[in-house]
Amino acid sequence: MIDLAHTAGRYGAYVWPAYGASAVGLVALIVDTLTRARGWRREVDRLRAELTLIESDNAD
Amino acid sequence: MRAVFAFARREIALAWNSGGPVLGVGFFTAMTVMFPLSLGSSPAALAPVAPGVAWVGLILSSLLSLDRMFERDMESGALDFLALGRTPLELVGLVKCLAHWLTCGVPLSLAAPIASIALGGAPSSAIMLIVCGLVGSLAFALVGGTGAALAISSRRGGVLVALVVLPLLTPPVIFGGAAIERVVGGAPWGAALALLCAYAAAALAGSPFAIAAACRNSLS
Amino acid sequence: MLTRLANPLRFMAFSRWAGPLFSAAAAVLIAAGLWFGFSAPPDYQQGETVRIMFVHVPAAWVALTAYAALGGASFVSLVFRHALADIAARAVAPIGAIFTLMALVTGSFWGRPMWGAWWVWGDARLVSMLVLFLLFVGYLALRASIEDETKAARAAEILAIVGLINLPVIKFSVEWWNTLHQGESLLRKGGPLVASVYLTPLFLMGGGYMAIFAALWLARTRAEVWRRRALTLRDRGAA
Repeated sequence: MIDLAHTAGRYGAYVWPAYGASAVGLVALIVDTLTRARGWRREVDRLRAELTLIESDNAD
Repeated sequence: MRAVFAFARREIALAWNSGGPVLGVGFFTAMTVMFPLSLGSSPAALAPVAPGVAWVGLILSSLLSLDRMFERDMESGALDFLALGRTPLELVGLVKCLAHWLTCGVPLSLAAPIASIALGGAPSSAIMLIVCGLVGSLAFALVGGTGAALAISSRRGGVLVALVVLPLLTPPVIFGGAAIERVVGGAPWGAALALLCAYAAAALAGSPFAIAAACRNSLS
Repeated sequence: MLTRLANPLRFMAFSRWAGPLFSAAAAVLIAAGLWFGFSAPPDYQQGETVRIMFVHVPAAWVALTAYAALGGASFVSLVFRHALADIAARAVAPIGAIFTLMALVTGSFWGRPMWGAWWVWGDARLVSMLVLFLLFVGYLALRASIEDETKAARAAEILAIVGLINLPVIKFSVEWWNTLHQGESLLRKGGPLVASVYLTPLFLMGGGYMAIFAALWLARTRAEVWRRRALTLRDRGAA
């Protein structure tokens, strides 16, 4: 059904860059979003740990 | 009401004295000169684009002194007083935009046909340029004032205001440009002009509220 | 349901499973869309390039939806003072900007073989997309240029609402101005102008793009919630 040999038709050369650009955009968004989410979550955990350490020090 | 008129006189005087028309028209002239320098002096190249160039020049020149509209009062603390005063902040914003229009937009509207003819544009474009200039620059002042109010707390001023405001001004730019183009081409221009006026009316109705909200935000 | 989600804790709990769910749905829909898209016969006029429609139109749909979401979240934040609404607005802006850019780039690739130029000003849709991109850029620039985060948020909210109100006017004005595009070929009164064999992949990709937009928006909002928590904790630690 998918006739890849014929997609290199007269204008087929435009199809791949378009899909490629779309893929790049989507992947970039996904990677950036996940990196941000994980990074800030780790930061929150780190700060919380620090804070409990300080507070437990103060309590003693 | 007398307070409003006094305030209006003050605003117009301030805008006029701090450069106002000279600044706007000066920049407009300099910009107009750039076109033959860039495109070549042949009338065949310049004449077809002349009215459009005048229109673009008018748009960009009206954006010039926008950032100072509120910053001066913000820095001097006058904006605090205005916000607390008896005059509604919406009216204050409206007056400021009108003052900008009177000192900047109106002179530019009179300069635009001169530029168009100087570049070889058809004389039939002259009157339409003035009309679209007057109505359009009112819209530019109102929407531009909104941008200026939003950008008060930023230190970026002019270019940021222009960047924020220009996409919003797409409709009046299109309507005015179409009216001018069609009058030159002999096509019916009524719809375009009507749409431009409708946009200006809507801006007149809506912008003061956005401006007031933006000012209150900066003062908070 | 939206008011239930306004509670940050409930939102975090919700997005924890909703995000991956939307991602999975997106993967399935896009895979199906690609399959149908490449197995459909080439258009008798456009040849193979008609397949670009399957990435261009969904991107444009998401771009518009993202701006509507930006305006809506900004409105809720301004009127109801929900912190989560502002967080959601901040999160959606860059996503919308990228999808608009994707729509522009793919539109360019679609237009070149069709009209012979990389960019055609006579295409109302493309020009509207460009203005939409500028609206996103203006929003991001305004927000970034104000140091005080609360003030920046509020100013950006006002801008987003003003922009959303203006958007139909802008679209109308650009379309009124000129058009080479097929017009609203999908939703015309006489039925869709797009051949039905292309509608299936188009709607599949459309659904997939919407699902991935939802997933991205949820994930980015989560990231933003954590960011604010981190900043609050930092302030507390410094005190």
